[in-house]
Amino acid sequence: MSAPFLVSVILGAIASGTAVLYATLGEVIGERAGIVNLGLEGVMLMGAVVGFATTVQTGSAGFGVVAAALAGGLLNLVFAYLVISRRANQLASGLALMFCGVGLSALLGAPYVGSRIEGLNEIRLPVLSDLPVAGPMLFTHDILVFLVVPVALLVWLALFFTRWGLALRAVGENPTAAYAAGLSPMIVQYQALLLAGLLGGLAGAHLSLAVARTWAEWMTAGRGFIAVALVIFSKWHPLRAVVGALLFGGAVALQLQMQARGVPISSFLLDMLPYLLSVGVLILWGGTRRHAAPASLGRVFQGTE
Amino acid sequence: MNPARPLIQTLLVILACVALVFTTGTGGWAPALAQAPAPGRLIVGILHIGSVADGGYNQAHAEGIRVMKKNLPNVEVIEVENIPEGADAERVMENMIRQGAKLIIPASFGYLDPALNVARRYPDVKFVHPGGFKLAPNLGTYWASTPEAFYLMGIAAGHTSKAGRAGFVVALPISFFLANVNAFHLGARSVNPRFETRVVFTGTFLDPGKEATAANALLDQGADLLAVIVDSPITVVQVAERRGAFSVGYHFVGLQKFAPKGWISGIAFTWGGLYTRFAKQVMDGTWKSEALFGSLASDFLTIAPFGPAVPPAAIRVVNATKQAFISGQRAAFQGPIRDNRGVERVTTGQVLTPADIGRMDWLAEGVIGQPR
Repeated sequence: MSAPFLVSVILGAIASGTAVLYATLGEVIGERAGIVNLGLEGVMLMGAVVGFATTVQTGSAGFGVVAAALAGGLLNLVFAYLVISRRANQLASGLALMFCGVGLSALLGAPYVGSRIEGLNEIRLPVLSDLPVAGPMLFTHDILVFLVVPVALLVWLALFFTRWGLALRAVGENPTAAYAAGLSPMIVQYQALLLAGLLGGLAGAHLSLAVARTWAEWMTAGRGFIAVALVIFSKWHPLRAVVGALLFGGAVALQLQMQARGVPISSFLLDMLPYLLSVGVLILWGGTRRHAAPASLGRVFQGTE
Repeated sequence: MNPARPLIQTLLVILACVALVFTTGTGGWAPALAQAPAPGRLIVGILHIGSVADGGYNQAHAEGIRVMKKNLPNVEVIEVENIPEGADAERVMENMIRQGAKLIIPASFGYLDPALNVARRYPDVKFVHPGGFKLAPNLGTYWASTPEAFYLMGIAAGHTSKAGRAGFVVALPISFFLANVNAFHLGARSVNPRFETRVVFTGTFLDPGKEATAANALLDQGADLLAVIVDSPITVVQVAERRGAFSVGYHFVGLQKFAPKGWISGIAFTWGGLYTRFAKQVMDGTWKSEALFGSLASDFLTIAPFGPAVPPAAIRVVNATKQAFISGQRAAFQGPIRDNRGVERVTTGQVLTPADIGRMDWLAEGVIGQPR
């Protein structure tokens, strides 16, 4: 592979993978607190549409990003109310949330289809962007790309090195014990889902404001579900999620690059590449007890309050 | 817990379900069967698969309806967007018929079977389907042959591109799209015998994220021009403009505003005149079911205005070739043509028929891509 090919694939991986990574990080937080959110797709779409609409109205992509995060957080709070306070089944609620997000975003986005925006432009770093190969590849990106790895690090630090993170993981493993120890699982889970929603909204914003710079109905095209799968793939660990998302994004970019290069494989088979890769890695990495799911994932906490 | 609460909750849920059934199942409070409209008046129903502002396929149909309404002020239109293919489409069409529609335009390929089902049940309602391949006594189809138009785009591209290399973002490798790609490539090669076209299939009609990545991948491979066949061409055209490449559009005339500098031209469907004729025929009672297949000579296939980057010489060649196509002197697929695996597909002196084009499963020599 020539240097430009590798550079193109990495650029594509970063472009495709960032949105999925934000969503995965959010879902990691939520699942570590014991809640599966299958409606991530809907949250991303709400983020995408609100971000796009805000950018069209205000002319500033910055406002769009903030609005997108807030929209995602708000939708996830609705989900949180359903599964925490009303104790609804998480899987069913998540799917309902997804359909709601798809429909609501289509409704809100209808007047904005075909609008033109500037979007999130790339930022050039003073010295680093001028480096020969690594410059454009690693150091010339939009703000959300630059922030994603620091956010992943922050999530890792918060989950594993702070008391709040310990409380969150405790609730995900055994909410009854956490409750007995004096924590409030409800509050912890609400916080976790709010954060997850904010990150999911940012994921959608990256898609509509930086990658595609347009709005189309259901433009996430299943990326929310990929994120849910990547959480399992990365064994609920934020740093491994970075690898997983980049790998997946890289596979998407790779298959498109391979087509552009004229590799003699059918486009239908190449389209399967990212998913085959994910399954392959899952089989190879296997699973040990140490990296298993949070023990109370998906269960409803029947507290005494 | 209050023992009455479960009962109240249950009643509320039942009430909500009943309300839902009424508002969706019977199509709202429309009268059960509408009277036939007075002579000279017509109700037309149109179903869109996507959003009418998509800058592409759906917007072209919506524009056609708008022009028809301007030409025929006494025609009423029922227009719905984002209708999924299948049973939902049938339900919507029946709802329109109950409101008195006598002409239905199901504007998506996948609406064909639902439309045929509804057509059987309502023999006095006329249906016209774009791109369909089955007819019924009250269902006709219409489309325009686009390869010749793409050939003209290829000529313009061949004159304007500096690198002699184009990238084509295509949804799926179906015969009509392969024919368009081949025609484009042959047109470009008539200007530059070493022109190269690279094709990437996204696998779906609409996925802006993938289309952007595919467009970037093609530009990374040295293409300085992007062409596109997906439902909404906005994404690819914008990527081309941001990276300083040229762009060739599809579906909708107004795409140029997304690429003020790099726009070459595009192929657009302008259905207004055709829809006006359909409506008039239904009102006069002269409509008959047929498979209408237009060409460059038709008023519903338009070449978009040329952008500032296209040299005047190119425009002259395009217009001359267009006349040659219309008069029948030339065809887009006249032999000899080899495919990109070396097999001769069109022999010297042979001209491909529309049936051959409908079965096309190869890409021409010099096109880099996998047709299957």
